[in-house]
Amino acid sequence: MLLIRCPYCEEERPELEFRHAGEAHIARPAPITDISDDDFEGYFFIRSNPKGIVYERWRHIHGCARFFNAVRDTVSDKFLMTYKAGEPKPELKGSSR
Amino acid sequence: MVEVARRTLALAGRHAAGEGVTVVPGEPASRISLRAPDASIAALSKALGVKLPQKPKASAASGSRMALWLGPDEWLIIDEDEADLAAALSRVRALHSAVDVSHRNLAIFVSGPNAEAVLNGGCPQDLSLEAFPVGACSRTVLGKAEIVLLRTDEQTFRVECWRSFSDYVFTFLSEAARDAA
Repeated sequence: MLLIRCPYCEEERPELEFRHAGEAHIARPAPITDISDDDFEGYFFIRSNPKGIVYERWRHIHGCARFFNAVRDTVSDKFLMTYKAGEPKPELKGSSR
Repeated sequence: MVEVARRTLALAGRHAAGEGVTVVPGEPASRISLRAPDASIAALSKALGVKLPQKPKASAASGSRMALWLGPDEWLIIDEDEADLAAALSRVRALHSAVDVSHRNLAIFVSGPNAEAVLNGGCPQDLSLEAFPVGACSRTVLGKAEIVLLRTDEQTFRVECWRSFSDYVFTFLSEAARDAA
């Protein structure tokens, strides 16, 4: 079973306790009512979906219930690191963004 | 004739056993789901008479009362004497949210030398004494149901599950107990 480190529980936990929650570091435009439909589409629907290193939100839903961010390689399905929500996006070698 | 409402316990009369393990439902208890920021912890601990743990997987106990760390700002408070926990917290002025979940949850005790193996029949966590020592607690999964697990001693675990899942959880543990040896 895949083990994922929860930054709040400070240990590796089995993947069954976690749920994927979409791409991370998507900033909500402010004020959102002023943006064009195209900009809204880009913010709301369009995701980068790269092959390789992705930044994702995950939730330890059957544990501490916290959202956190994770860096995962979609080719190997390896978690490279996890960090608390709100912390700056770490720059990793080989990341496409 | 006076009619008295009588509460029937969800798992009344059920018990299961396997080689080196017994599975029995716990007595009714009062429970509070407590959420609070760091600044309120001292006042809440004082009102409850048990120090709210702040470390992951940690629990604290004082008399019949237990405080289980579930998340960075979330605790499950259990009082086995069915004390009125809401009343104890009603005088606390510090910011907090307390929800009475006494009848939402119920307890199942899994005990015996094979208790660990029985729980690992459906719980993917490492339950060895090194990783999950006495007093450790965690919200986790058992099969398809969410549970809160507390190790009360080396060979005894308290499984807290939702009442509506209790039949599933108890049956799951009974089946696991049958295969324990």
